[in-house]
Amino acid sequence: MAEPGAMPPLLAVSRKAAPLLRCEGLVVHFVGQGNTVHAVNGVSFTLDSGEVLCILGESGSGKSVTLRALMRLLPDHAAKVSGEIVLAGRDVMALDRRALGELRGAEAAMIFQEPMTAFDPVFTVGRQIIETLKRHDRLSERRARQRALELFEMVQIPSPERRLDNYPHEMSGGMRQRAMIALALACKPALLLADEPTTALDATVQIQVIELLRRLQREFNMAMLFVTHDVGVAVEISDRIAVMYAGRFVETGPVRAIIREPQHPYTQGLLASTVDGAKRGHRLEAIPGSPANPAALPPGCAFAPRCRHAEPACTSALPPEVWHDDRRMVRCIKAA
Amino acid sequence: MSADVLLEVRNLRRYFPVLGGVFQRKLATVQAVDDISFSVRRGETLGIVGESGCGKSTTARLLIQLLAADSGTIAFAGKKVGTRGGIDVRDLRRQVQMVFQDSYSSLNPRCTIEDTIAYGPSVHGIPWASARQRAREILTKVGLDPALFAARYPHELSGGQRQRVNIARALALQPQLIILDEPVSALDKSVAAQVLNLLIDIKRDLALTYVFISHDLNVVQYISDRVLVMYLGKVVELGPVESIYGSPRHPYSRALLGSMPSMDPDRRRAQATLAGDPPSPINPPAGCRFHTRCAHAEACCVAVEPPLLADGDHHVACHMLAPGSGHSTALVAA
Repeated sequence: MAEPGAMPPLLAVSRKAAPLLRCEGLVVHFVGQGNTVHAVNGVSFTLDSGEVLCILGESGSGKSVTLRALMRLLPDHAAKVSGEIVLAGRDVMALDRRALGELRGAEAAMIFQEPMTAFDPVFTVGRQIIETLKRHDRLSERRARQRALELFEMVQIPSPERRLDNYPHEMSGGMRQRAMIALALACKPALLLADEPTTALDATVQIQVIELLRRLQREFNMAMLFVTHDVGVAVEISDRIAVMYAGRFVETGPVRAIIREPQHPYTQGLLASTVDGAKRGHRLEAIPGSPANPAALPPGCAFAPRCRHAEPACTSALPPEVWHDDRRMVRCIKAA
Repeated sequence: MSADVLLEVRNLRRYFPVLGGVFQRKLATVQAVDDISFSVRRGETLGIVGESGCGKSTTARLLIQLLAADSGTIAFAGKKVGTRGGIDVRDLRRQVQMVFQDSYSSLNPRCTIEDTIAYGPSVHGIPWASARQRAREILTKVGLDPALFAARYPHELSGGQRQRVNIARALALQPQLIILDEPVSALDKSVAAQVLNLLIDIKRDLALTYVFISHDLNVVQYISDRVLVMYLGKVVELGPVESIYGSPRHPYSRALLGSMPSMDPDRRRAQATLAGDPPSPINPPAGCRFHTRCAHAEACCVAVEPPLLADGDHHVACHMLAPGSGHSTALVAA
């Protein structure tokens, strides 16, 4: 948060109570020739400091687009974004280019599935981190290199001094991902947006990166918005889970409640079709059909065509969000 | 060789040269598959697990002779592949079929679904009209209505539907063994479950044998009868699924299975089982290839490659379990 000392004490107290991130009615449409892709169709949530919210969904559910929209990374000419995004008291949708540049990195940083494409291949990894530190924190070259070294040590890259001078292609997948985490955390952001950061990694490396993220998140009391399609990864990392389908959150709640007592038929189906050893010898209760096509969404509840509990009311209107308490939401008429 | 062995692999090896420089000289060697032996029993599902670069896909391609082995033998139903008096590659491929991970690139974009499935049988001498008839029957079997799908092209199908077509194509030659190389890895979870159900159904109905290759440890546990664990081109452990997942003996298998995310929020993984990434299969470590990451490595592990030793139906390649290997925890040879 920018200069808390400069604020009047009263305001500082009221901000402490407000969530770090508030997203209200986020809508993202990609308008193309002849068709419009309804990627995100009204996503609302809040995220507190130090909280980990996982967005769990299948391909095309709009989870990655949601993250990019929060960072205003979507190209203006292709994406129509509306809704309200308030990050650390600032209206993100109203910021100009320059202010966005200040926000990214300092308040919110993002890590991606494939670090190879996130790094610039023609500069060393160390150079990219040093330039970031010089620009954002106005550090000298010498101080920035010192700080970059500390960051590499923090993410447990072996022989960090030597690794700073590596180009991205000279690193292994797991090490690149650690380097990207170091870059993202260079300016101590209050919020880390993580877009499937462990999906491309091998099993033994994935768990190392999950643990690293868990440790850093606790150490810096950082909020994290973590996107994944993998239920196991979501269970390992999150405090809360939001299950996303066809551009909407269909169920949100604490991780234990979602995993043990899923209430939305999609969440139930997703967990039932997630394979684990305990299901050996039993037929999987697969959800019929394929995920909804965001270019041609059905009316009402988008999951209704695949839902075995569907009734006419499901397709006549969008089911409302049903809140059980202030943390548990299910968007299904059966839950009302 | 016991009667129930369908496919027998002995000392299979395949290296790839790494070329470079102005004259494309050989700079290094990728030891993709290095001297592996195993058998596939009739009617079972043999799961092959391992991380990227461990050689599982190369193994699959060697089994169906899409790649030629540098050395080693493959025998199908007791007949050696590609030898006089054995089985030739063409006949092998009628008996052994393969399904790949990328459902799109493994279908010809200019062929309709029906033609794609009928092509194999027609090559093997079945008249076109009856091959198409068979294609339609198989489409029904994999859950695609021929009236709706037979005339479509691959781009008109979803990923799950395309993978069903690939399975149908594999079935068209009425093979005995199907090699499935990451068949559900590219699919969404809800669709992957449908395809896994289908694979289990047709295996039962058609008395098939599967070799199921995946990096997804949960899926392999779900579907396999026996599991083979690979590390850098070597078999490190092979055994029944219950004993591999229940009590893995090789330190690598333990680490690999210990890194599976738990599905219970109250029993999260406390500590990563291994540090660092898998080493490159280019010039892999000498001795036991896992010794660079193994907590129990000793001098003998660096010097000598451990043999794959059988304890009943469970095979492990580790000096700790090999009597007389010189490892401090191993029994002294009698």
